[in-house]
Amino acid sequence: MLKDLMKCVREYKKASLQAPVLVSLEVVMECIIPFIISRLVNEIKAGCALSVIVQYGALLVVMATLSLIFGIGAGNACSTASCGFAKNLRKDMFYNIQEFSFANIDKFSTSSLVTRLTTDVSNVQLAYMMIVRTAIRCPLMLIFAFAMAFVMGGKMAVIFLLVIPVLGVGLGLVISRAMPLFRRVFRKYDRLNASIQENIKGMRVVKSYNREAFEQDKFRVAAEDVCMDFTKAEKILAFNNPLMQFCLYSVMIFVLYFGSYTIITSRGLELDVGQFSALLTYNFQILSSLMMLSMVFVMITMASESARRIVEVLDEKSTLSNPENPVYEVKDGSVDFDNVSFKYSEKADKMALADINLHIRSGETIGIIGGTGSSKSSLIQLISRLYDATEGTVKVGGRDVREYDLDTLRNQVAVVLQKNVLFSGTIKDNLRWGNKNATDEEMKAACELAQADEFIMRLPKQYDTYIEQGGSNVSGGQKQRLCIARALLKKPKVLILDDSTSAVDTRTDSLIRKGFKEYIPETTKIIIAQRISSVQEADRIIVMDGGKIVDCGTHEELIKTCEIYQEVYESQNKAGDQDEK
Amino acid sequence: MKNKTTAKKGTAWRLIKTVFEFYPVMMPVVLVCVVVNAVVSSIPAVFQQNIIALMEKSWKTGDWGAVSGTITKWVLTLLMLYVISLVASFAFNRMMATVTQGSLMKFREKMFNKMQTLPVKYFDTHNHGDIMSHYTNDIDTLRQMISQSFIQLLVSGIMVTTVFCIMIYYCVWMTVVVLAGICCMFFITKKVGGKSTRYFIRQQEAMGNVEGYVEEMMNGQKVVKVFCHEEETKDDFDRINEELFHEAETANKYANTLGPILNNVGNILYVIVAVAGGILLLLNVPNVSLSGKALGISIVVPFLNMTKQFAGNINQVSQQINAVVMGLAGASRIFDLLDQEPEPDNGYVTLVNAKEEKDGKLTESKERTGIWAWKHPHAADGTVTYQRLEGEVQLYNVDFGYVPEKTVLHDISLVAEPGQKFAFVGATGAGKTTITNLINRFYDIADGKIRYDGININKIKKADLRRSLGIVLQDTNLFTGTVMDNIRYGRLEATDEECVKAAKLAGADSFITRLPEGYDTMLTGNGSNLSQGQRQLLAIARAAVADPPVMILDEATASIDTRTEAIVQKGMDALMKGRTVFVIAHRLSTVRNSDMIIVLEQGRIIERGSHDELIARKGKYYQLYTGAFELE
Repeated sequence: MLKDLMKCVREYKKASLQAPVLVSLEVVMECIIPFIISRLVNEIKAGCALSVIVQYGALLVVMATLSLIFGIGAGNACSTASCGFAKNLRKDMFYNIQEFSFANIDKFSTSSLVTRLTTDVSNVQLAYMMIVRTAIRCPLMLIFAFAMAFVMGGKMAVIFLLVIPVLGVGLGLVISRAMPLFRRVFRKYDRLNASIQENIKGMRVVKSYNREAFEQDKFRVAAEDVCMDFTKAEKILAFNNPLMQFCLYSVMIFVLYFGSYTIITSRGLELDVGQFSALLTYNFQILSSLMMLSMVFVMITMASESARRIVEVLDEKSTLSNPENPVYEVKDGSVDFDNVSFKYSEKADKMALADINLHIRSGETIGIIGGTGSSKSSLIQLISRLYDATEGTVKVGGRDVREYDLDTLRNQVAVVLQKNVLFSGTIKDNLRWGNKNATDEEMKAACELAQADEFIMRLPKQYDTYIEQGGSNVSGGQKQRLCIARALLKKPKVLILDDSTSAVDTRTDSLIRKGFKEYIPETTKIIIAQRISSVQEADRIIVMDGGKIVDCGTHEELIKTCEIYQEVYESQNKAGDQDEK
Repeated sequence: MKNKTTAKKGTAWRLIKTVFEFYPVMMPVVLVCVVVNAVVSSIPAVFQQNIIALMEKSWKTGDWGAVSGTITKWVLTLLMLYVISLVASFAFNRMMATVTQGSLMKFREKMFNKMQTLPVKYFDTHNHGDIMSHYTNDIDTLRQMISQSFIQLLVSGIMVTTVFCIMIYYCVWMTVVVLAGICCMFFITKKVGGKSTRYFIRQQEAMGNVEGYVEEMMNGQKVVKVFCHEEETKDDFDRINEELFHEAETANKYANTLGPILNNVGNILYVIVAVAGGILLLLNVPNVSLSGKALGISIVVPFLNMTKQFAGNINQVSQQINAVVMGLAGASRIFDLLDQEPEPDNGYVTLVNAKEEKDGKLTESKERTGIWAWKHPHAADGTVTYQRLEGEVQLYNVDFGYVPEKTVLHDISLVAEPGQKFAFVGATGAGKTTITNLINRFYDIADGKIRYDGININKIKKADLRRSLGIVLQDTNLFTGTVMDNIRYGRLEATDEECVKAAKLAGADSFITRLPEGYDTMLTGNGSNLSQGQRQLLAIARAAVADPPVMILDEATASIDTRTEAIVQKGMDALMKGRTVFVIAHRLSTVRNSDMIIVLEQGRIIERGSHDELIARKGKYYQLYTGAFELE
């Protein structure tokens, strides 16, 4: 895990190394300054001349300045290192997500990816900052103070050897007890937040069924549970401060009493007054360093859960990859399914598609009809290799889709997805997704074909109209027509519409199909629809049910022979309507 | 609405007050313990100085017996103080764990309870992500604020005050020198800290941008793939990621340098105090102090230590600045939510179970009888009358707009007879859903009247009004729990058998029994393991188990394909039988068999009548039906 994370340091390696070096220098200064100060105090006590004080003062000012420079340098290097590391983490995750196949995308929910890219990275950033800063600082301080205590205090410093293990074991116990609790409660906390989200989204349902009080009770139970666990964990952590104070005080009492005794009985030979007061100073430094160190451990352990979630995204390997010697040209728009079976995950025991054999000639128009869950979308997603077939081969232009360069294939096989999305930006920006270099004329032509030009021209800013996130400021039918135009701009050899005209009125729908026939006759068109009228005129209509092709033929044939087709037709054209027309 | 990044005035005070209200006993105890700990742990310095001074005087004597009494006395006093400090420290640290987490829980609960009382309008006008961040980000900032900053500020405040008093006690002149230095430190803190805070706020905004962009792209990730748009997306991301990096780096640079700066200013202040002390000694300046002691080395040395302590505390406080600013901004946003006006409800007519006596009079019943009655209390004479619930809904000249400037419904009048199936047809934005929002009072009408069984709906208690209306929405919301739990949501006291019966009626039973654990299958993430159509069937079953006299089906079958819809139609018909039903659908096959179809256009009723009448009229409905017009 650590190795994966460390790969993201990259150009910030320099800052990441600089920071601890500068911190070390700062620590050296910080440790020497009190030493000089104690000498100064001794001089003052001895009643020295003002010039001596000024001399020491000048030395101290120089050292303070040096310490300041090192400190600022360390602070800057450390923020550059940690923020840069965070930036790279986000970048690597985002880049990797861009490589995800549809199967990978299905694995992570949008909200979990957003949390990983934001909150989790921030947690790791904070921990990283602690590591480059405090993790070097504390042990160094500890060692230095320890050495000084021995040099200055001599035998008396042995007390630290007794106290430090006590503190160390105590802190270790606290952390090892608290950490599992924290880890558990963080998961509960996530669930609690998920349930709040559920409540916000379902507020209309809550209110319609008068379930306010019920929801409040449910929430109280969950919130109290989280609170209890958190309190339990924090109460354990609350031992830290008193424990540290206890050790500090023990040393104080010991040094004060036995120190005085030693000074007096040995007449200052074994311990003099200066050493005595130095011991008291370093006592504080040693123990507070240990304390800080334990806090760093807590931080790191807390961030490790976030780190794990980040690595999960970084390590996710795309289930699809480009072949070694890819083919960059698609010969024509023919599509073949040879004994194709498909399931969404290895573990699934049911095939989403089974034994599909289908041969579509270039330029043909194919309609696909079937109920929800009949795997219509699964079928067409195999053509542009959004998923790979589990068994059998899918061919486009006579070649296995796995032989093509992915970009080439997807540019030649344009899919208008069922759950389609427009992005924030102008209409032109959105259309250019289909072709970066499309001219205004090309865009207009595509929109005319998709029957979108007319409504666009009626908008105040026409093609420069700004589309809100998710296309919320255009109607469903308009959105669908824009999505079709966007796909048309690719000038694909195969065009697939996955229920893409469901919100478009039947007249416009037929105009779109008419346009396809006249202007892009050589393009293979595959149209999935709920409405019979959308597929009625296709060269062939495929009827799907439960992941299988149950029938295939023209409208006239199917209406006579296919039971499912008849039922669908019936449900949309109940008796009596026929005579209306 | 964007999240505000700065706190309102008075937030700090209100936060402290609220925490005290949460823990009226514990908080004062915590305060006392904190004060005791702070005061007690600053006293030992005095004893230390005394012992050191004594040592200096008598180390040459070698006579332990002469000093042992004094030293033992002092050490024992110290020991006592330490024990008190330890007990206090232990007590308040433990209590603060309870107070912090308890307060956070209470804030969460308060917000959640408040949220349940807010009108639907609040959720329609606020971004759900923003509401959510009150529970995550804002609560997190509060945690730091209550558990650390609060105590830290208090401790430092006490320390600074005690040390200041001791300083004045010894020597006013040198106190002035120290104060000048402290002012300087305050100035730096304000400058550098202010910069850092400003950048932290900008960092949060940049973080918001990244979040927004990532969310949009993750939602459209499949489209990105289909259009091979990965490289462009990466470029855009790099740009805003770089921005965030820049703001974060600057913010942290300022924050990280504040510590070293104050630390070393403290060191320099130390030197200045030493030099000043030396000069004062040399010039024999007469001392001004509370103690009246003459200035000597025994005063200058402890003074130097105190200067260090003083500076250290200021440094500690400065480290909390960002936490405090962010915490207060978070608290301010939480209070904003808590201050929202709850949904008003002035209704007094309630809905009760009733039974019919032999003489045809209705009386209230505790059990479910299948008969519902409106209970009118009459304030004038204290009597109560019962009126049978029939399910008649009338609208008279209703005008309505979500915002006052924009009326979306104009002069709507209609009468739905009990047991009628009533359909609304029209383009998106024509006002179909708005009408149903008015009937169940998610929103209140601007002008006109709505009567339910002849009663003005404003007089009916909202809870009872909604209890009598079952609603199935297009966007199905399911809750984490089993399938059974979700159906039972319609009526909590329903038995398993009743739930299964409702599922059968809605046509959901067949798919539920095919789920791995049938009715006990756990649903999570809004039933993400079910298809949209299956979720709609569950929502219908949920409404069926509630068994309300009036139902509103808002695009309830839109995600079910027409063939399946035809199959569940029988169940739906059974469900609608004997109830007044309002149906909204863009698929005309769904509304065809309604008793009355209302065609809406831009908030006005343009046609009404049965399917056959409207077809015969060859108006808008006819055009829609024959596919000449687009519905959405």
